[in-house]
Amino acid sequence: MKILCVIVVLLLHSHLACALEVPQLRGRVNDYANMLSPGVSGRLEQALADFEKSDSTQIVVLTINSLEGESLEGYSIKVAEAWKIGRTKLDNGVILLIAKQERKIRIEVGFGLEGVLTDLVSGRIIRGDMSPHFRKNDYDTGITAGVSSIMKVVRGEYQAEPRDLKQGKKSANPAFTLLVFLLVAVVFLGSFSKFLGGAVGAAGLPLIGFLTFPGLGIIVLALLGAAGFVLGLVVIFLFGSGIPFIGGGFGGGASGGGFGGFSGGGGSFGGGGASGDW
Amino acid sequence: MKRITILIITLLSLGLLGGCGYNSMQAAEEAVFAAWGDVEASYQRRADMIPNLVEVVKGYAKHEADTLTAVTEARAKVGSLQVSKDLVNNPQALEKFQQAQGQLSGALSRLMVVVERYPDLKANQNFMNLQNQLEGTENRINVSRVGYNKAVQDFNTSIRTFPNSLTNSLLLHLTRKEPFKADEGAKTAPKVKF
Repeated sequence: MKILCVIVVLLLHSHLACALEVPQLRGRVNDYANMLSPGVSGRLEQALADFEKSDSTQIVVLTINSLEGESLEGYSIKVAEAWKIGRTKLDNGVILLIAKQERKIRIEVGFGLEGVLTDLVSGRIIRGDMSPHFRKNDYDTGITAGVSSIMKVVRGEYQAEPRDLKQGKKSANPAFTLLVFLLVAVVFLGSFSKFLGGAVGAAGLPLIGFLTFPGLGIIVLALLGAAGFVLGLVVIFLFGSGIPFIGGGFGGGASGGGFGGFSGGGGSFGGGGASGDW
Repeated sequence: MKRITILIITLLSLGLLGGCGYNSMQAAEEAVFAAWGDVEASYQRRADMIPNLVEVVKGYAKHEADTLTAVTEARAKVGSLQVSKDLVNNPQALEKFQQAQGQLSGALSRLMVVVERYPDLKANQNFMNLQNQLEGTENRINVSRVGYNKAVQDFNTSIRTFPNSLTNSLLLHLTRKEPFKADEGAKTAPKVKF
């Protein structure tokens, strides 16, 4: 059994060793060769995130120590196909790849940007904006210049879609969130005593009504209170027995804004772009 | 009652057709055609660029008439080939296409080697731009060929595995498609003399 394990491990290992693995997509700046200083790396990350928010175009930087004998173009397209940078149908992704030991740079351009960020333009960015700084070992300036040139070229080609799921939830009617909260409160307190649940409904519904439409008269509020009492009892009757908590509706209202992980949007690449060295 | 039975049987068999690869094989074949379109487009792109390139090189390297003629002739040959979707189903025509393109690749790479002897030309902005574009195009050709081979492999696998193989031999009669082989030009890389 042990021998079998060893064989399996060895087989897996040889499989891994035969080709340079595509590294994990850590963020917009993937500095595996440690060429950037932390400050610049953070600023680039932020700039690229902002750019994606406004233009939906995804630009990603990857630095690696060595190609380990693989061809720059072959490796680059492999990364592009694994990461799928860019939106699905727009194919508006760009990968800036730098191999430190081989002193090679490649800009890999998604289908949707080949029209503006042509091979020629990419080549000029590498030759004119990046290589001179790289030769002076000033990688911070070189990479920043390269990224900002790419951004300048592709800016305005695409627009971020107005429908943003997170923003949509953020602007959801607050009354709805309050109602959900009230429902939970009614069910929770109702499990102690039916009358308490009804009382919460009677107090809560007018309160929500008043908060949402500040100009409501006292009679309307009283009516709402009565309705709340009845509804509270009905709710307890429907959900009170056995369901201890209904928390499902909460997440949507509370979260939003935060940007968790970063991932490619499903864009595809066809080998556009240019290579260069320093 | 009988009609309903027939209807149910027809519907069921239609469902079965979906399950036995009738649709998926055709989808795979369409994917091959689409991938072929990419290959063709990238080769066309290269062919379109050659006149410009030859023109620029001519201005600097008048003594390299042979190399330039070879490129022009190889391009003319590529241009004379009838290229269409049918090529995918015709191994001989595909072979011919590949040969002609391989010849052009060879002639072009010889030209690029010759160019090394002309520093003026190499420093020419126009030439540098063209070289950039040519490199990009060669890379696109590579990528599209790999994509085509992948699509062909998927298709060939799909028509050979059960139960698709049965459906194919009974109904569709699709034939195996040929992938691209390693380039002839790659085998006979130009020699550099010092």
